[in-house]
Amino acid sequence: MTTTNLDPVLSAFERRPESLIPLLQAVQENLGYLPPDAMGTVARHARVPRSRVFGVASFYSQFRFNPVGRQRVAVCRGTACHVGGAKFILEQLERTLGILEGETTGDMEYSLETVACIGCCGLAPCITVNDEVSAKLTPMKVRKQFKKARK
Amino acid sequence: MTAAFEQLREVAEHAWGSLTRGDTPVITVGTATCGRSAGALDTLDVLRGELAGREIECRFVEVGCLGPCYAEPLVTVSLPGAPTVCFASVNIRAARKIAAYVAGEDLPEELAFATIGPESVPGIPELMDTPVMKGQVRRVLRNCGIVDPGDIHHSLARGSYSGLQRALELDTEARIGELERSGLRGRGGAGFPVWRKWQFCIDAPGDTKYIVCNADEGDPGAFMNRSLLEGDPHAMLEGMIIAGLTIGASEGFIYCRAEYPLALERLAVAIGQAEDVGFLGPDALGPGRPFRIKVKEGAGAFVCGEETALIASIEGHRGMPRPRPPFPAVSGLWGRPTVINNVETLASVALIFQHGADWYAEYGTEKSKGTKTFALVGHVARPGLVEVPLGTTLRELIFDIGGGVSSGHRFKAVQTGGPSGGCLPEEKLDIPVDYESLQEAGTIMGSGGVVVMDERTCMVDFARFFLDFAADESCGKCGPCRLGTRQLLRILEDITQGAGTESDLELLEGLCHNVIEGSLCGLGQTAPNPVLTTLRYFRDEYVAHVESRTCPALACRDFIAFEIDDENCTGCAACAALCPVDGISGEKKQLHAINAAVCIKCGVCSDTCTFGAVATVDAHP
Ligand SMILES: Cc1cc2nc3c(=O)[nH]c(=O)nc-3n(C[C@H](O)[C@H](O)[C@H](O)COP(=O)(O)O)c2cc1C
Ligand code: FES
Repeated sequence: MTTTNLDPVLSAFERRPESLIPLLQAVQENLGYLPPDAMGTVARHARVPRSRVFGVASFYSQFRFNPVGRQRVAVCRGTACHVGGAKFILEQLERTLGILEGETTGDMEYSLETVACIGCCGLAPCITVNDEVSAKLTPMKVRKQFKKARK
Repeated sequence: MTAAFEQLREVAEHAWGSLTRGDTPVITVGTATCGRSAGALDTLDVLRGELAGREIECRFVEVGCLGPCYAEPLVTVSLPGAPTVCFASVNIRAARKIAAYVAGEDLPEELAFATIGPESVPGIPELMDTPVMKGQVRRVLRNCGIVDPGDIHHSLARGSYSGLQRALELDTEARIGELERSGLRGRGGAGFPVWRKWQFCIDAPGDTKYIVCNADEGDPGAFMNRSLLEGDPHAMLEGMIIAGLTIGASEGFIYCRAEYPLALERLAVAIGQAEDVGFLGPDALGPGRPFRIKVKEGAGAFVCGEETALIASIEGHRGMPRPRPPFPAVSGLWGRPTVINNVETLASVALIFQHGADWYAEYGTEKSKGTKTFALVGHVARPGLVEVPLGTTLRELIFDIGGGVSSGHRFKAVQTGGPSGGCLPEEKLDIPVDYESLQEAGTIMGSGGVVVMDERTCMVDFARFFLDFAADESCGKCGPCRLGTRQLLRILEDITQGAGTESDLELLEGLCHNVIEGSLCGLGQTAPNPVLTTLRYFRDEYVAHVESRTCPALACRDFIAFEIDDENCTGCAACAALCPVDGISGEKKQLHAINAAVCIKCGVCSDTCTFGAVATVDAHP
């Protein structure tokens, strides 16, 4: 499905193995995820075997192998958010969006994921929607915020 | 000090002076990540709009975080000839009032949090006299929330890079001597003496050496490094250049986690400005002696905070640790001698060279010198980022500065050191926060995360939380960590779900020691700490779970139920309105009832009820 020409993205990076992670980050930034043939292209550019590209990509939680929704909702699972009731925020989002953690809605509007810590722990519990932070949440606030959006 | 630097300082002081002593009103808004999440950008928009509408010329400056997250968004206003006033919790309505004040109306005293600077206003405390700031000594954080992190002149005017100038005049031996006398120990976790690590690297053979700044900040629930990089990136850059100079590196890398987009942005700007004025570039360390800094973005793996895993990650591999020795100071990045230091360590290095080792060592204890930043979070009344002298007690940190436990509940425990640390009970609150005392009590200093928990937190569940994290983040290279953390997690899950047995406690303890002894890196070697410390200090909670199948904190879902009692319920329906699963029903002004079939036991109803009518009760599984 990636008929997109990745050359302009790749050409900013040196053709060396240590460019591998930045390359994958740039490709994902561009396509939203890492399709198999894009990883092949990255392998050739970084001059490493495809197996290493897949090995590295599957190690880091940042990388995704499936397309994500237009709105990427990430629930913080850090300590402060945990103590502040993050699991209820996650469960509420699962109910409201009708998907489980790691899934994307059928209309490709929302994806739901968790993140280790956003660094906004003083205002826990927090989520991000496409990198924008919402803080001091309650299950009801989340339900209202996303119910509106679902309509 | 060179003439070029003097000249630069003059320009900087002029720029800073025009801001602090000019005749245009100056408004600063804290727009670090925490400020933004509290609505600081909307506040800024309203202030801009209102003042533009009134045709009042103002200077707006976006600053970092002053520390008290609970009071965000924070706004300061300096009107010509008037004291600088800091306002807290500035929502849109408050922003309108502040705009009116700038336009000439009376000071809205009810919104004022503090004054900043020598001039005061009766009835409003000076910033450092407010309860949250009083016990603090702000050295590393001195510029955060004060300067524009996007303008190197502000940091320069407040002393940054004068330490580098001094370091350039000293020889290597004198530089190391200064560090040794300061007593500075690494702020990333282990507390290794900084001078010694640098000396190892200096002594290691080879011409190419590297300095790496560890800005991975993996402890979930901590944000000291984020705040500093967002609020005053030059504080760290200066220390990194001094490190490069001292160990003989001409290249440095900052490994910063991708979850911190704003910090990455501010770093890129700061590096660009440092290059423009020559602190970085071909002649940074003297004529013909280059020093450059590159930023590497992490990709979301806790283990990459470990030094050898971090190196593997920069090299483009899976972030898996390798056995040490050889230590990175001897064989690190691409096999070259490499020093890895935490963000706060490097910022402290800069301070030591700016003010001297004796000044730095004024604060602290015999073996733990200086100040340390902490992220105070959890069930605490005033969560935020604080900086205190080492040796301050946990009680002072949590109760005097943090204002004690929020929500009127009782204090139960404090966790320091994140997933590698431990949980301490009330009896341990009077121990001083220094590397040795915390270790003696079973926990560690770590990078500075301090999580306060009230009586409603189940300690077994809390240990389970950390083991869940460790099992998830274990890189998988060594068996004891990969399998051991998972097995510990399973046992803890059993206990919190009502399937635990008495023999599980011994099993847990034995397994903890095996994982500690058998694991390859710090992740596995410390992952059992949350279990061991909760077993040590809160054993009765474990026993209650396995013996009487109860959760004393009334937190574990499989052990509890919620009930509304008919005496206290007024039928106000506040709980019903907030129940996320619509599980509470009842006529207005009549007794309400909880539908146990749909109840998810989130506790929102009992938190909401002002009449104490919703009780959490034992529900023996
Ligand atoms: C699993 C693991 C994660 C770590 N995460 C971090 C981190 O996020 N930030 C950090 O500065 N140090 C972290 N450390 C400690 C570093 O390995 C290292 O000790 C530190 O960066 C050295 O810098 P310092 O001497 O300035 O403290 C971690 C260690 C381990 C074992
Ligand atoms: S713990 Fe959630 S933002 Fe840090």
